[in-house]
Amino acid sequence: MDIDLITNILYAAIRTGTPLLLVALGEMICEKSGVLNLGQEGMMLLGAVAGFIAVYHTDSFMLGFVIAALSGVLASLIFAFVALNLNATQVATGLALTIFGTGLSAFIGSDYEGKTIEALPTIGFEILQNIPLIGKALFAQDAMVYFSWFMVIGCYIFFRAHRAGLAVRAAGENPDVGSNLGLPVMKIRYLAVMFGGAMAGLAGGYLSIAYTPLWTENMTAGKGWIALALVVFASWRIERVMLGAYLFGFASIMHLFAQGLGISISSNLLAILPYAATLIVLVVLSRNSEKLKLFEPVALGKPWHKTR
Amino acid sequence: MNNVKRLQMQGISKSYPGCKANDNISLEIGHGEIHALLGENGAGKSTLMKVLYGVVKPDQGVILFNGEAVEINQPADARALGIGMVFQHFSLFETLTVKENIELALGKQAGNSSTLAQRIRDISHKYQMPLDPNRRVATLSTGERQRVEIVRCLLLDIQLLILDEPTSVLTPQEVDALFITLKKLSDEGCSILFISHKLHEVAEICSAATILRGGKVSGHCNPKQQTPDAMARMMVGDGVEINHQTRRTYTHSAYLKVTNLSKAASSSFDIALNNISLTVNKGEILGIAGVAGNGQEALLKALSGETTDKTAQSIFIEQTCINALSPMQRRRMGVAFVPEERLGRGAVPEMDLAENALLTSFDFGLVNKGFLQWRKVVALTQNIIQKYKVKTPNTHTHAASLSGGNLQKFIIGREVEQQPKLLLMSHPTWGVDIGAQVAIHQAILDLRDKGCAVLVISEDLDELYKISDRLCAICDGQLSPILPTDDLALPQLGRWMAGDFMTEQQNREEAA
Repeated sequence: MDIDLITNILYAAIRTGTPLLLVALGEMICEKSGVLNLGQEGMMLLGAVAGFIAVYHTDSFMLGFVIAALSGVLASLIFAFVALNLNATQVATGLALTIFGTGLSAFIGSDYEGKTIEALPTIGFEILQNIPLIGKALFAQDAMVYFSWFMVIGCYIFFRAHRAGLAVRAAGENPDVGSNLGLPVMKIRYLAVMFGGAMAGLAGGYLSIAYTPLWTENMTAGKGWIALALVVFASWRIERVMLGAYLFGFASIMHLFAQGLGISISSNLLAILPYAATLIVLVVLSRNSEKLKLFEPVALGKPWHKTR
Repeated sequence: MNNVKRLQMQGISKSYPGCKANDNISLEIGHGEIHALLGENGAGKSTLMKVLYGVVKPDQGVILFNGEAVEINQPADARALGIGMVFQHFSLFETLTVKENIELALGKQAGNSSTLAQRIRDISHKYQMPLDPNRRVATLSTGERQRVEIVRCLLLDIQLLILDEPTSVLTPQEVDALFITLKKLSDEGCSILFISHKLHEVAEICSAATILRGGKVSGHCNPKQQTPDAMARMMVGDGVEINHQTRRTYTHSAYLKVTNLSKAASSSFDIALNNISLTVNKGEILGIAGVAGNGQEALLKALSGETTDKTAQSIFIEQTCINALSPMQRRRMGVAFVPEERLGRGAVPEMDLAENALLTSFDFGLVNKGFLQWRKVVALTQNIIQKYKVKTPNTHTHAASLSGGNLQKFIIGREVEQQPKLLLMSHPTWGVDIGAQVAIHQAILDLRDKGCAVLVISEDLDELYKISDRLCAICDGQLSPILPTDDLALPQLGRWMAGDFMTEQQNREEAA
């Protein structure tokens, strides 16, 4: 294999991993606050279709991503109201949101099926992007890839150095105690769910506006589900979420290359590779149940309401 | 000192659906006064404190602080006034460090984050409560956790400190240390509201007391001049028998024998068991004292069969090694268990009482060729309810909807009615009111007198001294020597609970 090929594999691996990174980051914060939202897939699809339509009609990428994020937030608000205010089971509510999002996005997007837009342009940094092997992967990406790194750093600082990050962890560990101490647990959870919705919407938008760029029904192909698994097996740690997302990206690209090289394995079997590889690595990493306990939001998925 | 009271609460009422938690309660505390709030579980103490701390909104009533009417809508308001609270169930997050916990709870009131660690050290040093701000709370002992809560209050300019049953989780030595801190605070003019139901402690440090019963004030007194019996009478009302001396028995026919039981910790949240040896004789009660989190849980799991070991040979019932046997097999040998956790271990919350009775009693003629004999199950359940005075509408009430004390009476009744040969109990009367406590203790003693071997693990020393025939302490997964209860003085037991016997044993080994 020549250098160029490896350069391109790395470049593509990061692009492929980016939507997963975005949605997983959002879900991680949501889970840290104690809310399990299984609606990621649905919110991604809504973000994807809304973002695509916006860009198709206005040619504004900015507007496209804003619309994608907003549609994710709107969908997440439905979830938040049902699961947090009405205290419905979070698992069932999340599943319903995914089914709802899948159906609604297919309905809205049926007229746009097969249409294309110009992809989100890449932004290259002079000199840096010419570094061998990693230059293209790190310094010639599109704006959303840089944005995802910004969010990773932002979340990291948020949890390590800011009181609000502590408050989110507190709401996820023991909402009763948090509330007794005067933390606005409900507000924290709402904001966390909305953040998760925005990130899922952006992730969907990235797929339809930058990655493919086109809209097809059910185009997320289970990435929302992988993101959910990723968060758990990354034991709610940001650096591992990032690692897992790129691992998934890398394995996805390798399966395409393997097909291109004419390796005679069924393509269906190869298509399993990214999912299997990501899960296996993360499962091995998260074997230490003791460390897991330090980061696991204990109250995850349990309905909670303030007693007054 | 001026004549204005530090705190006056007037006519506080708060109702919850189906119960009046506080009914027209008034309370006054002076400057630097240590005031006791006495009452049984469910008397309304906690609700009143939550009202004062802004966690719960009262339906009616006025609060005057330093003579001025104040409205406390949230804990931050209370803290801004100089009211600090140490909760009974610590409001700490285990995965955060001491400093992070304090920062989170105090918010902006915590001040400059970079100097916070130093201020924590200074305060904890000043009041003789050493603390490392950077340790994770999960690694702290219960006593240390309480220090975090107190230091958190002291970091603010505090005028009134509320302590909700602060001594229930401490060793006697830790209690002494806490009292020194409290007296120092009181000398500095800080008022203290001390919530408890331990009368001798109240008599030791409090100069005034307000007593609650059934959501109402049932009396005021000066604990230093009042006998504990008179105070207890105000707490429980007439008609409940309080005092009685129990008869000790000494038997020598071993039933349960544990020799050198060791078990590695399964995680850093778990305690390793280290060479535990004990015997429980037929017809005696062995008590094991200890501060929570010193291996009680692991010991009980090993004895009940929740954790089994196929290779070890350390637990024997008469001559049979039972290390490898499941809880079911052990039950069939005549072992019964009353675990610490009532909901989830002792009973299934979503099942009704009859179903819960069936869960552990199905071997006692309730099943015929696999078919459930519901009539017999219900009859058994009704029998338990009547005999153990369980307050419940009927046998189809969900276990989760019973109060803690009632459910505990039911669980103990269920186990005792099986007439076990060995009964293992953890915290049998934790959170149970005095009336029910007396009934539970009597049931245990009756069972003992029929020849059952009983092992009781508890943090309540009064209880252990009352019912145990022999007594020992567990600390850090090791068991102290076992002595007849009457030969073991409280200070000695306290030192054992703090692990003193380990050095004693070492010295003896070195001397030998």
